[in-house]
Amino acid sequence: MPGPVKLSCRNLWKVYGPDPARFFVGSSEGPDALAQKMRAGGHMPAAIDAGFDVHVGETFVIMGLSGSGKSTVIRCLSRLIEPDHGQVLLDGEDLLAKSAQELIEIRRHKLGMVFQNFGLLPHLNVIENIAFPLRLQGLTSAQQRDRASHVIDLVGLKGREHSYPSQLSGGQQQRVGIARSLAVEPELWLLDEPFSALDPLIRRQMQDEFLRIQRVLKKSIVFITHDFMEALRIADRMAIMRDGRIVQIGTPEELILNPADDYVAQFTGEVPRIKILRAHQCAVAIANRPEGLPQVGPDDRMEGLLPKLAASPAGLDVVGQGGAYLGTVTATSLVETLGRIEGAGPVPVAHG
Amino acid sequence: MGESAQTRSGKGQVIVWGAVLAAVLALALAQPQFPGLKAYPAEWTLPVTDWLNAGMDSFVGVFKPAFRALSAIMEYPLDWFSGFLGWLPWSVGLVVAVMIGHRAGRWPLAAFTFCALVYILLMGLWPDTMNSLALVAVSVPLAVALGFALGVWGFHSPRVERFLTPLMDITQTVPAFAYLLPILILFGFGPVVGLIAGIIFAFPPMVKNTIVGLREVPSDIIESGLMSGATKGQLFFLVRCRAGLRQILLGVNQTTMAALNMIIVASIIGGSEDIGWRVLSTLRKAEFGESLVAGIVIALMAMVLDRITYGLATRAPDMAPPRGFAQRHRFALMVLGAAVLAYLAARAFPALHTWPQDWTFDPSGPLNTGIETFVLWAKPLLDSVKNFIIFTLVLPLKIGLVNVVGPFTWGFTATIWHALGYAALVVFGAGYAMSRGRTGLAIAVMAFGLILFFGLTNLTWPGASLLLIWFGYRSGGMRLAQWTTAAMVFMLLTGSYEKAVLSVQLCALAVVVSFMIGTALGILAAESDRFSRILRPINDTLQTMPVFVLLIPVIMIFKIGEFSALLAIILYAVVAPIRYSEYGLRHVPKDVIEAATSMGATRSQLLWRVKVPLAMPNIMLGLNQAIMFGISMLVITALVGTDELGQIIYIGLSKGNFGIGFLAGIAMAVIALLADQFCRAWQRRIDAKLEGAS
Repeated sequence: MPGPVKLSCRNLWKVYGPDPARFFVGSSEGPDALAQKMRAGGHMPAAIDAGFDVHVGETFVIMGLSGSGKSTVIRCLSRLIEPDHGQVLLDGEDLLAKSAQELIEIRRHKLGMVFQNFGLLPHLNVIENIAFPLRLQGLTSAQQRDRASHVIDLVGLKGREHSYPSQLSGGQQQRVGIARSLAVEPELWLLDEPFSALDPLIRRQMQDEFLRIQRVLKKSIVFITHDFMEALRIADRMAIMRDGRIVQIGTPEELILNPADDYVAQFTGEVPRIKILRAHQCAVAIANRPEGLPQVGPDDRMEGLLPKLAASPAGLDVVGQGGAYLGTVTATSLVETLGRIEGAGPVPVAHG
Repeated sequence: MGESAQTRSGKGQVIVWGAVLAAVLALALAQPQFPGLKAYPAEWTLPVTDWLNAGMDSFVGVFKPAFRALSAIMEYPLDWFSGFLGWLPWSVGLVVAVMIGHRAGRWPLAAFTFCALVYILLMGLWPDTMNSLALVAVSVPLAVALGFALGVWGFHSPRVERFLTPLMDITQTVPAFAYLLPILILFGFGPVVGLIAGIIFAFPPMVKNTIVGLREVPSDIIESGLMSGATKGQLFFLVRCRAGLRQILLGVNQTTMAALNMIIVASIIGGSEDIGWRVLSTLRKAEFGESLVAGIVIALMAMVLDRITYGLATRAPDMAPPRGFAQRHRFALMVLGAAVLAYLAARAFPALHTWPQDWTFDPSGPLNTGIETFVLWAKPLLDSVKNFIIFTLVLPLKIGLVNVVGPFTWGFTATIWHALGYAALVVFGAGYAMSRGRTGLAIAVMAFGLILFFGLTNLTWPGASLLLIWFGYRSGGMRLAQWTTAAMVFMLLTGSYEKAVLSVQLCALAVVVSFMIGTALGILAAESDRFSRILRPINDTLQTMPVFVLLIPVIMIFKIGEFSALLAIILYAVVAPIRYSEYGLRHVPKDVIEAATSMGATRSQLLWRVKVPLAMPNIMLGLNQAIMFGISMLVITALVGTDELGQIIYIGLSKGNFGIGFLAGIAMAVIALLADQFCRAWQRRIDAKLEGAS
């Protein structure tokens, strides 16, 4: 499923303190030991040996609580913060080696970023805010208007073009922020806790909106959040950060079913298992089952199958590619599976 | 340090206080026998005045041509501008000002501007007003440019900012008059002096607001600018400056008001044909009606300029989308069009060009009669109020009850028994406070009892130094004690001590009164929305009023003298405590108030047990501001005949003696800085208490 790698972040470090550079000269320790040495030497490592790949068209979420270093990492990717060590490869080119001028060009054409507190210019109206990156590039005002009105339609702000940020609700302001970041048609889309400043209901709406936009545009995305449920809804793959370290990377299912440690388990423990179980994981072989049971795919989510199961008390047949019979899901098998994973924690991912 | 001093046992503290007060008492009693105790011996002072004069002379010797050349250059835009405003038909000025007023504050401000200008025309003071306005119009852009440039520099370089901040503090505490002196010497007489003084006095708020405005742009906005691919220049001009523009424009507002204030004051030396000069010259001739008429012009001018610059700074942007040149510059084009029409009309009808003489109206004759009648009628009452305050407060604080009480003032001759009775009263008061566990109050009662008995001037210089330094140590630890010592040494060595005591006496009295009245009014305003609505425009008016104008009604009623000075300072300083205490009380956290209410607190319990203690930091800020306002007004009141540092500055100014005046100016700034340090020390203690409690 993964396409080619769009962004690759390797061994990225950001260390605050008087002289971080000296720790990277001829050090042979592992990252944890090195971070320990930095703390002992009066330095504060904010991002420790962060490494991950983002594939083309993939939504990669970095989830962590405040102070975990997630905002530092996303700022290192665009060099809003200069990292002290490591590589950030965009299409195989190291961003950290770029000159200031090259960096401005890359930001103008390849990157778009959305901020937690929107970062709108208070003196510009909606359309001027959205066209601002284009204006900086020196585009004519006709071109600016063209491209800005295109993204205004996309985020559903038609009719508010001439309002000022102070006249908009939080959700609408963030729509402006999203539109502005998309106006340059970026290849890599960075979102730093875009919905954290919004009310829960609005947040949910904006997540749906985001998913809709992403289905149309298929950007390569790095998305930061402190909300595990938000990460689950949005992520193709996600990383969990703690104290500057990436603790685990994987798909939401992988994280829930196999949390790497107790810290990750604390988040995943909250998630109702029915949300992530797939049909094949609950199926059992039944020797003499009735004919003509409804058929479902092995990767269908159980949550969505519940009405079907209710309508067919005898069970649902799980059928693989080419019509091969893989097993049957019954109410009993579902309850057994749920009981098994709720009680014992991690279960091996069943193989089809 | 301070902590150790504060944690020491209350008993030890009382003993040291007792020893200090006993020493002060002993010195005060001994001073008739030792003349060197009362007045610091002149032979122990340093000839700082001579040094300053010599320094200035050699500086002038070298640089005078440069300054005179600068002065000559500055005269061009000034001449050009006052020429232009003088040529401009009044109808054009009126139309343009009203349109700008509408732009800045819709119809209410447009109407106010119209009324203000018509008043000026009716009084026949249009030309004088235009001359003053020309000074403002030239000095404000220069001060804004200078302040903005320094602000940008300070924003970019922390080193520069560290240098600028104390410089700004000093330029704002050195009294305005003291600036005038070196400017006078360097630039010579004439309106240019007002211009330069206006620039120097007015640029610091611009620096401050520029730095704050640029710095407080949220990091999200800066980062979004960076991520939009802004270059350094684009980031600064298109993102940072624009996002901080409102704050920067508030700086323009403050700069304008400061420049106007200074230009009015500067008419004392460089004035001719301008509105400040009109007030001053009529005031000197005791033509109160005339000076009141002109003073109202200054007040109106200040209010219009304040509301317009403030309104333009905080104006909400237009909703309509601008399209094309004509719409984008719609307002400018409309003003231009209206101005041209008005000009053509003025060409056709001379009455629209120059306001005809017989349309003017001079109410000063009847006004004078009215004022005289009123003063005569109210004289018995006014005199008794004045004498009561002078004999019970002003004079005792200055020379002590021991010298004041007599048949003429208090109606009886003081005997030793009266003195003993007074002492017993003070000791009893202190003892009562002590028995209630209020050690601080007991000490305060003793100290004030002592000061009131002997008077500040008879406290002897070693006694006063001891008391003040110890008080500094108790308030703010070793650091403040060092500050106090340095200030005392400065006063003594430069020979400024005696006049400084008189300044402190007058200012302290005024500040205490205005702090008490102001805080009381602020509390009332916080408790009653209706009272607050009544008070607000009065506050705004008092605060935008150039200090000068406040003198007029006071002198009118109470004549020249210390009492008028006192009243003028109180009037000027009362606004800050009102504002800060109302703000503090209104911003006590809601949940605390709700918690107290749900516990069943009555309204007065809520006020005194909850709101006032929590608002204390703000109330103290009000005191700090009242002191600063009081000191700056003190210098102005020298005009009505006081006998303190302000007067020395004024004398230096009129005699052209740089050393005398400038030294007095510095001494005044030292008092202001020391008072500020004391306030900060108290503030820290209050903050620590509130934090420790929460």
